[in-house]
Amino acid sequence: MQNWFPENVSTFGGDVDAMFYLIYYITAVWFVLTEGLILYFLFRYRHRPGQRAAYVQGDNLKQLAWIFVPVAIVIVLDFWIDIRGAEVWAKIKGEVPPSDIVVRATGKQFNWEFVYPGPDGKFGTPDDLQLDNDLHVPVGKVVRVVLSAKDVIHSFFLPHFRLKQDVVPGREIIAWFEATKPGNYEIPCAELCGFGHSGMNGMLYVHTPEEYEKWLTERWPLSGQAPEISKKPES
Amino acid sequence: MNASSATLTDTAIHAGKTGTWWFLASEIPVFGGLIASYIVVRLGSTGWAEAASHLNFNLGLINTFLLLTSSMTIVMAHAATEENDYRKVANFLGLTVLLGLGFLGMKAIEYTTEISNGFLPSSGIFWSFYYGMTGLHALHVLAGIIVNLVLWIQALKGSLARNGHRVELAGLYWHLVDIIWIFLFPLLYLA
Amino acid sequence: MKQEMMQTDHERLGFWKTYIFSTDHKTIAKQYLSLALFWALMGGATTYLIRWQIAHPDTEAPGWGFIAPDFYNMLVTMHGTIMVFFVAMPILLAAFGNFLIPLMIGAKDMAFPRLNMLSFWIFTLASVVLIISFFVPGGAASAGWTGYPPLSAKAEYTGVEWGMNLWILSLALEFASFLMGGVNFLTTTMNMRAPGMTYFRLPIMVWMEVTAAVIFMLSVGPLIAGAVMLLMDRMIGTTFYLPAGGGEPLLWQHLFWFFGHPEVYVLLLPGLGIVLEVISVFSRKPVFAYRPIIYATIIAGFMSFIVWAHHQFISGIDPRLAMPFSITTIIISVPFAFVIFSMIATLWRASITFTTPLLFAVGSLGVFIFGGLTGIFNGSAPVDIYIHDTYFVVAHFHYTLFSAVFFGGFAGIYFWFPKMFGRMMNEALGKIHFWFTFVFFNAVFIPMHLVGLRGMMRPQSLAGQYAGMDHGLASAPWQFRRGSERLPRPL
Repeated sequence: MQNWFPENVSTFGGDVDAMFYLIYYITAVWFVLTEGLILYFLFRYRHRPGQRAAYVQGDNLKQLAWIFVPVAIVIVLDFWIDIRGAEVWAKIKGEVPPSDIVVRATGKQFNWEFVYPGPDGKFGTPDDLQLDNDLHVPVGKVVRVVLSAKDVIHSFFLPHFRLKQDVVPGREIIAWFEATKPGNYEIPCAELCGFGHSGMNGMLYVHTPEEYEKWLTERWPLSGQAPEISKKPES
Repeated sequence: MNASSATLTDTAIHAGKTGTWWFLASEIPVFGGLIASYIVVRLGSTGWAEAASHLNFNLGLINTFLLLTSSMTIVMAHAATEENDYRKVANFLGLTVLLGLGFLGMKAIEYTTEISNGFLPSSGIFWSFYYGMTGLHALHVLAGIIVNLVLWIQALKGSLARNGHRVELAGLYWHLVDIIWIFLFPLLYLA
Repeated sequence: MKQEMMQTDHERLGFWKTYIFSTDHKTIAKQYLSLALFWALMGGATTYLIRWQIAHPDTEAPGWGFIAPDFYNMLVTMHGTIMVFFVAMPILLAAFGNFLIPLMIGAKDMAFPRLNMLSFWIFTLASVVLIISFFVPGGAASAGWTGYPPLSAKAEYTGVEWGMNLWILSLALEFASFLMGGVNFLTTTMNMRAPGMTYFRLPIMVWMEVTAAVIFMLSVGPLIAGAVMLLMDRMIGTTFYLPAGGGEPLLWQHLFWFFGHPEVYVLLLPGLGIVLEVISVFSRKPVFAYRPIIYATIIAGFMSFIVWAHHQFISGIDPRLAMPFSITTIIISVPFAFVIFSMIATLWRASITFTTPLLFAVGSLGVFIFGGLTGIFNGSAPVDIYIHDTYFVVAHFHYTLFSAVFFGGFAGIYFWFPKMFGRMMNEALGKIHFWFTFVFFNAVFIPMHLVGLRGMMRPQSLAGQYAGMDHGLASAPWQFRRGSERLPRPL
């Protein structure tokens, strides 16, 4: 079961996985009960000499109780799932936590464009940097992503972070994540966007604090100036 | 409706009427969807009142009057079927057809004026909705006119008498077309 | 007098009026069934090519050749469109509904036999239009069976021009055909029941068909409106869905899913009806809790109109909408749980003979339980963040749809075949058919859940391009053993 998901490296990913497992355990029990009962009944009540069917219509309360009680249990479990789910949803999609690191991510046919505000922290200034498909962030910091699309709907999907958000042209949608472990993680597009959808993929580079500083200084050697873009692509 | 499809149970409503009501029930969500979309998109945008000011309020008002009157004439046609006076039926159906054609004529004038003034379907989101909603509505008016025309011809030829209930059914459809306009007019021309 | 009437009823009509332009509900049902089975084969062809491309990317599919990426998108689009609108709807609603409703309520035919015939021929026209869409320059629609704009709203985004327009027109004709059918089903059931046949004496199959018809009639309107708007965007330059012109892409999604969600229950209910009828017969017991099942079904029908945005949790809608729709979605599982428990209770203290229809019916029940349970994962908004648009969703809806359309449909075909055609189907072949279907269906679709949880998105034809996707696992479901389960044919 540990192998079902890609490795989780996100602060809220564990909550999503926990919801999944909560639902999994509940549904697994129901599955075994119902399918088991069906198989048992098929065996126990199979037609053979002497096996007469009982004329049972299920039109009185005593018989219907056998249905209503399990249904009531289902309702209670449903509400438990919803209440727990509401908390997790609010954490991920509700208020975006405050953050120093903001990146604009724009989907287009067929790649991601990431725009960094640069050391001045403001977009639309000369020290902004645009990188295609490469998103660089430090570990352990909240990253705020301003999502949009240039042409059709795409979807920003970070499997290792349990984060997904459709990007819609004409809108700006804010998403956030915080990495717990350095590494390189794919950013596939998760909404059919045309013939190049299969293979539309970005890469998230989560750096240790030192590596991130190094990357910043390589890109912006002099604060306030336009970034260095003529560097070798990162490994 | 002939003997074999008559109600076998004690439902008081005959098949044609039940069928027509279900048909209308399916049409309502079509325009309901359009109107709801209009309202939601409009509430979320700006500049619609300005665009809408280029509509011809007077022609819209005349059209409202034409359709309302035509709903009345078709009711009178239905009443005439109950009196078995098929001359009267023909007259009122004919009036209904004329009023419907008048509505379409007004719409044609409006469209040509708007287009020659440069307000095309591609001129913006208000115009998308204007042409979409009134266009779809106009197609429904046309369909109704054709139905009424067929019934009118049958009334003139004398063959409508054995199917006189069809005037009521056509009337039900025509009233729906009218009611939809009653919603479109304020949303587009007044707001 | 009676003699004359009988002679009139049985006058010979000639070949064309008997078999082609028939107004007889049983013939029309068979016509729908035949055309739907043709489309099932076409849909199966799309399946073959889709699977080949996933399992052996960028190789030539035997009997076809290379599958280019835009053609692949066309395949998945057409697969969904064909299976939902040209296989599932005609089999479950048009074929079974037309055949069974008049017989089960004691009526001579449908209320409007000529309208019935017209509905079939309009459905045929819709089929022709869809076929033509493959052959126009640019090919057939390729924006997914859900056709989200802006991808679907401007030809330049897909390279498909007339193909998509014809797709929209074909669906519009199909909707018109089924609206006519709905008028017929509902009027017939309301007005033409035999004396003494009150509503709560109707066979459960009729209740399911009628409820499905009501849901369809009331839910399809907004999509028709949306489709008109999409066609206008494509053809006359309106900007309903194009942000550059002030439009809103998400508007389509709401209009589509407002219909799309009730539509899945339109497909499910007749399947449930067949399963209930067949289980009841081969258990030699009445349907357990007949009346509560009807109430549960009606409640589910109402609720189906207030869950639609669970298809849109992460689509950009206000996040505060997610929890209300999550709640309604999870609650809608309750009436269906009731129906499932009642089906199981019908087996209790029964005397069960394992005929082919019963095997398919129980198979349908078993598969539906699995599919319904995976629905809970999808309905929980936070979990959906991860599994939305992955193969987990694809696995979920194939379980629920297969349950209704293929297991339920075959249960019905095997069960009512003698009534329809006057001869029995071959039991041995039928059982082989069932076991192949059951085993290989699960073999294909269970791994699909796992592939989805690993993160494989839909529609995805090049899993090898993503380091995180275990390509071996991704291609495992798409082996070709499943094709063989189709081969044992009746007779």
